[in-house]
Amino acid sequence: MPSMSLVFSQLFNGLSVGLLLALISTGLTIIYGTLGVINFAHGALFVVGAYAGYTTYALTGSFVLAVAGGSAVALAVGLVMERGLMRQYYSRPPEDQILVTFGIGIVLVEIVRGLYGGVSLSVAPPSWGTGIARIGSLIYPLYRLETLGIAAVTLLLLYFVLYRTSLGLIVRAGIEDSQMVNALGINVKRTFLVVFGIGAMAAGFAGVVNAPIVALTPDMGFRYLVDSFVVVVIGGVGSFPGAVVGGIIAGEILSLTAMINPQYSDVMLFAAMALVLIFRPQGLMGQEGRE
Amino acid sequence: MDDKKTLGQALQTRVKRRSVLKAGAAGVAGSMLVPGAVRVAMAEDKAPLGAWPAGSQGDSVFVGLTVDLTGPYSAQGAEQKNAYELAAEMINAGDPRIQKISPLLKKGVMGKTIKVGAADSETKPNTAVQAATRFIHDNKALMVAGSTSSAVAIALQKVCNREHTPYFTAISGSTETTGVDCQRYGFRPGYYAYMSCKAIAPVAAKEFGKNRKAAYLTPDYTYGHTTTKSMIEFSEKEGWKTVTNQVHPLGAKDYSSYLINIANTDADVLVVVAYGADAANAIKQAKQFGLLDKMKVLLPYMSGYLEKEIGADLMQGALAVNGFWWTMQDTNPLAKDFVEAYDKKFGAKPRDAALYAYLGLILWADAVERAKSFYPPDVVKALEAGVVRDTPVGKMTFRAEDHQGDASFPIMRGKKPADMKNPDDFFDVIEVVNGKSVLPPVGLPGCKLGGYV
Repeated sequence: MPSMSLVFSQLFNGLSVGLLLALISTGLTIIYGTLGVINFAHGALFVVGAYAGYTTYALTGSFVLAVAGGSAVALAVGLVMERGLMRQYYSRPPEDQILVTFGIGIVLVEIVRGLYGGVSLSVAPPSWGTGIARIGSLIYPLYRLETLGIAAVTLLLLYFVLYRTSLGLIVRAGIEDSQMVNALGINVKRTFLVVFGIGAMAAGFAGVVNAPIVALTPDMGFRYLVDSFVVVVIGGVGSFPGAVVGGIIAGEILSLTAMINPQYSDVMLFAAMALVLIFRPQGLMGQEGRE
Repeated sequence: MDDKKTLGQALQTRVKRRSVLKAGAAGVAGSMLVPGAVRVAMAEDKAPLGAWPAGSQGDSVFVGLTVDLTGPYSAQGAEQKNAYELAAEMINAGDPRIQKISPLLKKGVMGKTIKVGAADSETKPNTAVQAATRFIHDNKALMVAGSTSSAVAIALQKVCNREHTPYFTAISGSTETTGVDCQRYGFRPGYYAYMSCKAIAPVAAKEFGKNRKAAYLTPDYTYGHTTTKSMIEFSEKEGWKTVTNQVHPLGAKDYSSYLINIANTDADVLVVVAYGADAANAIKQAKQFGLLDKMKVLLPYMSGYLEKEIGADLMQGALAVNGFWWTMQDTNPLAKDFVEAYDKKFGAKPRDAALYAYLGLILWADAVERAKSFYPPDVVKALEAGVVRDTPVGKMTFRAEDHQGDASFPIMRGKKPADMKNPDDFFDVIEVVNGKSVLPPVGLPGCKLGGYV
């Protein structure tokens, strides 16, 4: 029987893991919700952001600049992707969209591998993130605690953009009914570009923020891609609050199962997704009958 | 006893012998008139096997490399490709450094140039098997080599066995590769988990102490489980206790849950079974959770480049087993040859994946020379003959019963950053283990080799 302090540690850890997942998944869900495109390159954008952050950190020594640099590069790649390729695919069947984003994902990962090699790289946590925090009997790496804060603040910022600005209003309307939005004379093309960019930037930002915690490898994005899909399914496609709730649920499932039987943490996550698909296919906060 | 024969029988025998001699003479005379006849006759004795004889009829032979150029082990795959290419180049040139290992290799193998071609296994058994099949059918490969993941190596062994083509692993840590999944046409030059665990347990007991409590981080696949099983077996013999075994998915990025579990026990040794980036992640995160302040790190089967990935700061004091460390060149001239040749061509020090690749190709070529033929069963029998060769990792041969190589391998301790004499000087080699002394008893891993044809 696990001790109270262990349970508490794992609950807390699940929140931290979950909010990072939520951040990655938000990008995925708004792209899918607005554009109707399942972005299989999302994991690759995470990797691009992380490696761009690594290089920026190596050049400037400033973690803040690294985060900005990584996000900026991911944003740029996202914009180029949308303008250059995705635009031609909106009217094509979903299989084509999946294939093209999957292909772009592979290309991006191999470019990163070509530039940086296969040996994993390290990003040191910033000076305000080294060391261990002690909360009562809980021991937790200080930087992870800070990423919890960073993820929460970023999600709040995204919430603000989506729910309190006119751009956000258009995006949410576009998620509801993009044809109507077009009919109202709003430049949907530009909105799509912005949304894709924001989604890509969210992935890249998450990549840099996560970098001091993990070993950077070109293939690391695949795991996050799969997990973020599960989060989107659980939370509901196109729903921002759904991504947050789904992320937290996923994080807790992974942590709490690992506490009892580590081998089953992945299985439980997918079992949860299966349950949601059976009993509430639109996701916990998604809407029924949405395209 | 022969005097018991009757005159009639003796006459008959002599008649038989005479007619055989006559026929033989006629045959030799006839075949000298028609040079091709002898070769055709010999080929007709043996049915084609794999890419033989087609692959050996030109002036070059093809070797197929199934290496992981993408996926989590791409660093090992790239290094293997380099080393196979280097070995082929040196063999083709008749490099005297090769002759120190195999005196029979004069220029090329049986006078033929070795051509190598690489395909990306992607660290996936399916992809690897498809690549190997294409190599054998389309390129007429007479040998296939390369692996990092045991799952891939085992799959490749099976398909190469079916195709009667010798296959050499580069890296494969699982017991099963020369255990229950052994194959007549599969060979493993490198050490594996059972051997390294048996070797390191007493050394770890000496370095870290006898009454240690060990926590294991085990990747959830064949290699992970067999390694943990072996390490538990041998460490418990030294008086260690196994406190917890945290099994994680292969490729997991976040070890926080497992590390929190471990932090909540009284374990004082962290046994990291994971390989590649998984090990780098696990150790980095263990440091972040403050575990390295109170726990020692043990790597019973370390992946090459881990020291570069986590840095000397995290590697210091850790005990690791690996297939090769470049400072072995100080005591072994053949190791010096290899390190220098690799460094000159590729601008970096080789790790153990490169060493096993280099060795595998040379030992295959040596076997072909000894068999005086590319005929696959003859090559296999030559490899099973127990001929010992001098190599960068000591004297080695393959065991006939399970095709497991018995090369020596180093146990190493991570140096303090202040003690490093150059940027690559990560380890002190504490001991070079005699591979033969740590092989399991024949049959223990459960190997039953199949037929030759």
